[in-house]
Amino acid sequence: MIECSNITKTYENGGIETTVLKGISFDIKEGEFVAIMGPSGSGKSTLMHILGALDSPTSGTYIIGGDDVSKLSDDELADIRKDKIGFVFQSFNLLSRATVLRNVTMPLMYAGIPKEKREKQAEHALIAAGLPKDRWNHLSNQLSGGQMQRVAIARALVNNPTIILADEPTGNLDTKTGEVVLGTFQELNQKNRHTIILITHELYVAEHADRIIHIVDGEIKTDSRNHQKRVVHKHPTDITT
Amino acid sequence: MTISDILEETYFSLTVNKVRTSLTMLGIVIGIGSVIAMVSIGQGAQSSIETRIQSIGSNLLIITPGAQKGTGVQVSAGRGSAQTLTTGDSDAISQLSGVEAVSPEVSGRYQVLSRGTNTNTSVMGTTSAYPQVRDIQIDEGNFISDADVSGSGRVAVIGPTVLQDLFGSADASSTPEQAIGQVIRIKSTEFTIIGVTKAKGGSGFGNQDDMIYVPLSTAQHFLLGSTSYITELDIQVQTQQQMTDVQNNITNLLLGRHNISDPTQADFSVLNQADIVATASAVTGTFTTLLGAIAGISLLVGGIGIMNMMLTTVTERTREIGLRKAIGAKRKDISIQFLTESAMLTFLGGVIGVVFGWIVAALVTQFAGITTSISLSSVVLAFGVSAAIGIVFGYYPARRAASLNPIEALRYE
Repeated sequence: MIECSNITKTYENGGIETTVLKGISFDIKEGEFVAIMGPSGSGKSTLMHILGALDSPTSGTYIIGGDDVSKLSDDELADIRKDKIGFVFQSFNLLSRATVLRNVTMPLMYAGIPKEKREKQAEHALIAAGLPKDRWNHLSNQLSGGQMQRVAIARALVNNPTIILADEPTGNLDTKTGEVVLGTFQELNQKNRHTIILITHELYVAEHADRIIHIVDGEIKTDSRNHQKRVVHKHPTDITT
Repeated sequence: MTISDILEETYFSLTVNKVRTSLTMLGIVIGIGSVIAMVSIGQGAQSSIETRIQSIGSNLLIITPGAQKGTGVQVSAGRGSAQTLTTGDSDAISQLSGVEAVSPEVSGRYQVLSRGTNTNTSVMGTTSAYPQVRDIQIDEGNFISDADVSGSGRVAVIGPTVLQDLFGSADASSTPEQAIGQVIRIKSTEFTIIGVTKAKGGSGFGNQDDMIYVPLSTAQHFLLGSTSYITELDIQVQTQQQMTDVQNNITNLLLGRHNISDPTQADFSVLNQADIVATASAVTGTFTTLLGAIAGISLLVGGIGIMNMMLTTVTERTREIGLRKAIGAKRKDISIQFLTESAMLTFLGGVIGVVFGWIVAALVTQFAGITTSISLSSVVLAFGVSAAIGIVFGYYPARRAASLNPIEALRYE
């Protein structure tokens, strides 16, 4: 599913070279729920950009769903993002003055899905993300933080991507709401067999995944199964937070 | 992305900030509107001048006498007072092919008396061909006949202004019927009024309403005291295509009759109505271009307003652009979206501007009395220019949006 081998990333700034990733290798299989954890400055954001096909590695290969993404042009990377990756961001990044449905159908527009099918697909995604139906026609700036992140999750799911990449998805939420969002990811992983990569700096958040890859100073420090998985038992469908 | 997706996105983005959108559009509305209004005023002036020139007659050649240029000290007599054209010239010209009618004229200003009233006006001696050549209509009575000319009849046809001056009073205007049969006195010769012409309005080539017409022979005999010279020859040509040929033939004929071998020494000049129209058109054309250019500057300013707004929008929507790129939008998708937004602004601005310009032109006609004419070409031009402005001034912001790095755009605060 995902194969990273010996990925490095070097930035050059004013003649000074900074190596952010120093040879990272790991595989992720279909249906896994992996947390990539590391302190700020560890290179986890850079790794996320490469995994999300927003950036190309300086060296090494990155294969996602059989396609080598390491040496693609900007527009080819856009195609990979469109078909294979769903993003969930810390700050939601919704179009604030657009309705929930409009936000969720937006990736389908770029994917060239006919208009009639878009709404149906968006409804499925919103149900899977657990956003109550009475919110679907609200403007997204009328929603609470938890609801906004559910819209963002639905938007990431809508095109049935190979992986869902969540970058600090609970960073802007309070603990209780964050917990609910993490529960949503667990359910998507278990019930719908979605592959999820969670990027975070908090051990507590990372412990909701099945596997934790710990990155320090651009290198993998540990890569192991999480034996103390925190399972969110209750999945309240009526979110008011 | 389908076209309807692009239009929907455009509608969405433009309606998010309605005040800014409408203010930006206002720049284009004023620009296009003033181009339409200004050009319509220019073109209106052009067509009204052309109509007025046409109203002096159609397919007209005007021959006026001039002093023969000789060597040595030259005393130039005013054209019209030189005595080089004769009735013989007039008869010879009427034999040329392509000539429909010839109207020889003599004219001068005289004091005219009638039962205690008097006026100073132009008296023109002419023939029966004059109404046809100069497009004169008779209101009441008759114009001078061939018999009047050959018999040197002492009859006169007066214009409506003369009618009013001689027979009208302060509180009641005189009807043409009352004037027929009345006697007027010009230079101690009595003339009987046989007709009144219809009002024509000043044409800029002499007011034909303030005029008394008498038979050519009568004028030559009683008023001028000479017998054969004439002060103007008006010639109507059969078709417009023959104008130049007939003009050349007349010039050659007259040069031969006057024994002049060098055309530059001609003692007469031939004025072609088409030349007058062309000259006037050239002048008003320049005038129209000038007005259009001034209005064009406001269009340019409107275009810069669009670019300004689009650049602001790109900066404001940096995160949105980053997100769109993250979910799979290509450079092309982003640049098309922003280009469509600016093109839509100018297109809508153009539509409203055309309506606005049309209203302004109508108001100018209504209140300032200036003829305006909106041509399809000026509307098409205004649209073309506004669409081009949308694309030209939208191109740079669109390119800037499309080339944003998605990672940096997503991080933008």
